[in-house]
Amino acid sequence: MGLEEYKGVYVFAQQVDNVLSNISFELIGEGKRLAKDLDTDVTAVLVGSGVKALADELAAYGADKVIVVDDPELKNYRTEPYAHALASVINEYKPEIFLVGATAIGRDLGPTVSARVATGLTADCTSLEIGDFPINAIPGQEQKHNQLLMTRPAFGGNTIATIACPDNRPQMATVRPGVMQKLDKVEGAKAEVIEFNPGFTPNNRYVEILEVSKAVSDIKDIMDAKILVSGGRGVGSPENFKLLEDLAEAIGGQVSCSRAVVDSGWKPKELQVGQTGKTVRPNVYFAIGISGAIQHVAGMEESDIIIAINKDEDAPIFDVADYGVVGDLNKIVPALTEAIKAEIANK
Amino acid sequence: MKIIVCIKQVPDTKGGVQFNPDGTLNRAAMLTIMNPDDKAGLEAALRLKDEYGAEVTVLTMGLPKAEDVLREAMAMGADKGILVTDRVLGGADTWATSTTIAGAIRNLEYDLIITGRQAIDGDTAQVGPQIAEHLGLPVISYAQDIKIDGDSVIVKRQYDDGYHMLKAKMPCLITALSELNDPRYMTPGGIFDAVKAEITTWGRANLVDVDDANLGLKGSPTKIARASDKVRKGSGEKVNLDAEESVKYIVDKLKDKHVI
Repeated sequence: MGLEEYKGVYVFAQQVDNVLSNISFELIGEGKRLAKDLDTDVTAVLVGSGVKALADELAAYGADKVIVVDDPELKNYRTEPYAHALASVINEYKPEIFLVGATAIGRDLGPTVSARVATGLTADCTSLEIGDFPINAIPGQEQKHNQLLMTRPAFGGNTIATIACPDNRPQMATVRPGVMQKLDKVEGAKAEVIEFNPGFTPNNRYVEILEVSKAVSDIKDIMDAKILVSGGRGVGSPENFKLLEDLAEAIGGQVSCSRAVVDSGWKPKELQVGQTGKTVRPNVYFAIGISGAIQHVAGMEESDIIIAINKDEDAPIFDVADYGVVGDLNKIVPALTEAIKAEIANK
Repeated sequence: MKIIVCIKQVPDTKGGVQFNPDGTLNRAAMLTIMNPDDKAGLEAALRLKDEYGAEVTVLTMGLPKAEDVLREAMAMGADKGILVTDRVLGGADTWATSTTIAGAIRNLEYDLIITGRQAIDGDTAQVGPQIAEHLGLPVISYAQDIKIDGDSVIVKRQYDDGYHMLKAKMPCLITALSELNDPRYMTPGGIFDAVKAEITTWGRANLVDVDDANLGLKGSPTKIARASDKVRKGSGEKVNLDAEESVKYIVDKLKDKHVI
């Protein structure tokens, strides 16, 4: 079958416990941008059990169509039935682009689906564009237009590569959460809703779920924070994070941390910024006692303003900071907290 | 029980990255290590061997020098090493790589295949689940804990906000997280034996049920359009003042930017 028969931008609408994940709206937003260049529309693929009611929310964030795959076998995420759902949608509807979030679900589901439908998958993309492949025409080689060009970091963030998938469809990518912009919500927007069930018959590949455990946490997601006060190994001890918590409270921000802090058991993993943690882009990012390993920088360099405090004047964090302060955080941070409190009180 | 562990030799990105004068990555100058997630997968297999008795085979695809990583694994306690290497396999993306490894594994008997979740050079996390797909096996990714229960495995599977306890019938494939365990060191006796151990080397001809069209650079659906070093946004100001002046400096900036 010809590649030109594949049409439309499709996104996987991830939900957990019948609550849509933020990445679903981010993918719709990005999908709309790509669809405009291709003069096509965006279809969200909603997979779960009893999830049809979520279609309106996807429409409110810009989905033109919603394909609902609803089956009791899909209650909790499991690789096989979810992969079967997506692969069946792809075989039936033939999208030219299929985007999945680079979450703990999507990074398992994406590879399985791409192998099943025999196409390429580019992992953890941070930028997507429609363009030509090869980017510059090469004599003797056909230059294909309207290709999805997928950009991703590699080698721990040291290099970036732009990948195309010129000869297979759909062009598949997983996309890092927190990188793409969702659209403003339009209440009352409606999408065309299509129900589709390819049939789910358990086989040896259906694993059994013995237990579902949620980390009980009232911690707000650091990806939503406008101001982050982030600490690294240089903070010195878990107790000393109190200094950062006080600063965060004074300025209306939240505390986050580097991988070293999580590895030392000082803070939970959900507060970790970086390549193996979360990608954040707050208005203000304080990097306090963080050396600035490239893996950390990969997760925060898109922040609007980066303020670094570190006693080592050669720390690589100063290479990305807008405002770098060389000095002792134990002296500066408490005084800064008091000064900010005073400023706010004087307003 | 027979366990296959897939491992990869990777450049050590932690120890600083070396660049060529033209700006490309100088792989030759960088130290290589066993990929951390793979090493945790190997350790998990060796612990199952200690507890239940198992034959552990390590398998890698790469250049001939990737033999080193197999010997390291054998010095830790793996029983057999298989190197899949062939010029026609070069430039493979994850699809072609997983096709190749699945083609090699079809020669072997196994109850369990363990891979690392992802390699630190590519960070894709794709090859493990794709091997399972090619072989028609159940897959459990992101394993934090692995136990054997009769003819099944029970695995603690990590998610962003918690975990699932999953049970799968063997044969199956598990991808391991580096936080699964602390890998053991090579033993002096193990090193001595591993240096002399025979490594099985396979090429294209040894791959079972694999089409030439799905191998190497030509068989890779994804193509690199452009690669470059990351352009950093560049440093701003850096000041070295006493504590009081430092605080004033930061407060002034926050006021300038209307943060406070």
